[in-house]
Amino acid sequence: MFYRDNKPEVGKEARLKFAVKALAVGVIAGIAMVGGASAQNVKIAFIEGLSGPFGGVGQNQLKHFQYAAERFSGKNANSGVNVEIVPLDSKGSPQEALALLKKATDDGIRFVSQGNGSNVAGVLIDAINKHNERNPGKEVVFLNYAAIDPDFTNSKCSPWHFRFDAGVDMKIEGLTNYMKDQKDIKNVYVIGQNYSFGQQVAKFTADMLAKKRPDIKIVGNELHPLGQVKDFAPYVQKIMAANADTVVTGNWGPDLVLLIRAANAAGFKGNFYTFYAGVIGTPTAIGAAGADRVRMVSYWHPNTAQNEIESVYTGFKQKFNEEFYTVAAVNAVRFLVASVEKAKSTEAVPVARAMAGMKMKGASGEDIEMRASDGALQQAMYITQWTKAGGKDVKFDQEGTGHGFKTVRYLMPQQNTMATTCKMPKR
Amino acid sequence: MSVLNGVSYGLLLFMLSAGLTLIFSMMGVLNFAHASFYMLGAYVAYQFSAWSNFWVGLLIAPIVVAVLGGLFERFLLRKTHKFGHVPELLVTFGLSFVVLEIVQLIWGRTSVDYPIPASMSGSLFKVFDSTFQTYRGFMMLVAVLMLVALYWVIKRTRIGLVIQAALTHPDTTEALGHNVPRVFALVFAGGCALAGLAGVIGGNAFITEPGMAQSVGAIIFVVIVVGGMGSLAGALIASILIGLMQTFAVGLDWSFAGAFTTLGMTITPETFGYPLWKLKLSQVAPILPFLLLVVMLVVRPKGIMGTRDE
Repeated sequence: MFYRDNKPEVGKEARLKFAVKALAVGVIAGIAMVGGASAQNVKIAFIEGLSGPFGGVGQNQLKHFQYAAERFSGKNANSGVNVEIVPLDSKGSPQEALALLKKATDDGIRFVSQGNGSNVAGVLIDAINKHNERNPGKEVVFLNYAAIDPDFTNSKCSPWHFRFDAGVDMKIEGLTNYMKDQKDIKNVYVIGQNYSFGQQVAKFTADMLAKKRPDIKIVGNELHPLGQVKDFAPYVQKIMAANADTVVTGNWGPDLVLLIRAANAAGFKGNFYTFYAGVIGTPTAIGAAGADRVRMVSYWHPNTAQNEIESVYTGFKQKFNEEFYTVAAVNAVRFLVASVEKAKSTEAVPVARAMAGMKMKGASGEDIEMRASDGALQQAMYITQWTKAGGKDVKFDQEGTGHGFKTVRYLMPQQNTMATTCKMPKR
Repeated sequence: MSVLNGVSYGLLLFMLSAGLTLIFSMMGVLNFAHASFYMLGAYVAYQFSAWSNFWVGLLIAPIVVAVLGGLFERFLLRKTHKFGHVPELLVTFGLSFVVLEIVQLIWGRTSVDYPIPASMSGSLFKVFDSTFQTYRGFMMLVAVLMLVALYWVIKRTRIGLVIQAALTHPDTTEALGHNVPRVFALVFAGGCALAGLAGVIGGNAFITEPGMAQSVGAIIFVVIVVGGMGSLAGALIASILIGLMQTFAVGLDWSFAGAFTTLGMTITPETFGYPLWKLKLSQVAPILPFLLLVVMLVVRPKGIMGTRDE
């Protein structure tokens, strides 16, 4: 195609030129091969909203992936597999993400990662299923690091999808088990973003609380548009008018920052149960006003009793002056590297087969497993509380606020096992 | 409480749209980059408040934005003016992208930490259990002061007279010895300063991030269309209307399903169109302004206080 465009270049001279060029290309390629013989390069297309309302979060996650690739692949990890992250900006839109997936597959990239927004992840899973069916030999594997709609590992499960975060069901199971023992909880208000994830949070919270603590009243169930609300004051008014003492929210990024900021401004005194209080910008918004009132369910935090990746946390902070929290990025890279090594191939099918059922040590020293039956990583879970830093429980504070997360409950992987309805097709 | 929240949000919208409608009424330029000047105001104020304190930012940011706006008018907009309205529109549209990229280059793509001054993060007064933050009161105060100042300048000063004259009879005004292009540049810079001021105030009340221009950009157009193109009073009414509407809609859990139930019909998840019927007013609150825009264009295209004929 390229040479066909160069029509004027015919004749002896042009052919000679071409030969010289070809020779040069051959020599360069040869050098590259000699250099690369010791390392296999694996590209991950990082399709994420890197601009727009959630662009800040996306950029920060990208750094997590790049840093994870730097630390856990290639020569720094004594591995023959070198992971390279190719950032592609979807602006958070499912349509754009689809176009970028096409671009990635056209460029020969076999591994795709995305996480911010189950709405985007759902579309990607469908598209990858179709792509893999239609393009045997050019399959793609989806490394989902944060889209936690439980359908992805149940009714919509796919042999090509691996999730490194914990599902909504698993997180709410842990959260409600903790809430069950908090006798002072009486009125719970659920507020979330109006898309699959926010709706799932609302549904699971109501269902599980009804079973575990039937005396707790759900006094409000609010869904607001994703990333559109700038002034949360009216929502906070509503929460206070409903006499809520506890707010459960799956909000993330600016939607959580603004909610907490508005709650602080209005003098709301209740507790917050969150999923993403550690995400960039949020700790600053919580600040001292949220001390002992904000709790979070997560699969990791920097002040765990046994922290296997403390040097990663501190190294990341030193390099970017931002908090490290997306351990899923580290796990995605580690599992990919180990799977490529085990499969002795960089093709998607053997790597997916190797990844399914793979076991490792997790970031808190626990045994983690990529469950083959649904592609969900089985890992530990923490309920943490926003507490003044210092002392042995809170070694690291967040974003220089003088406050950090303290473990109030630790759940081992086997305590978080959720049954799956997935009938996994053959990988 | 909701009234206060609604009015304070509405007044912020007014600060934003006042500049836009001013520029439009004076110069006939629909400035697509207006929200970008709002964003610039917030970022510049953030920078100055990081270097010294909030009050310095409050003072300097609008001036910086006004200077930038004036330069843009002088060297770009004036040159495209003679080609007609479409090129003008396009140049402001292009500017909005340029500003966005520049902001991202300088301050990054993530939100910056631009806090409310500590002296005003306390509560002004209490209604039942909820407190009204001092800063919200300050927001309202600044907006009202601005409104009064604007009115005074336009209606009571010599400059205002010249501006009004230049608006309707530019040739005669020029013949009388006034520098009309300079008046236009002044108006444009002034409009940008108002947007910058809104940015200073709104940037820390809400969030200072590269997406902030886009998120208010649409709504200020709703304000000026609903209020009536080029009418300041209309913009004020429309801003407060929209502020109140959004605030109150959030508090109301009305839905079609509820209405049908009151009418004696039973609505279950199996009913046809259930996802639509169960939508609560609070869920659709953020799109209400746009609904209002559509209704307004159908019913009264010139807006609430618009003076233009068909």
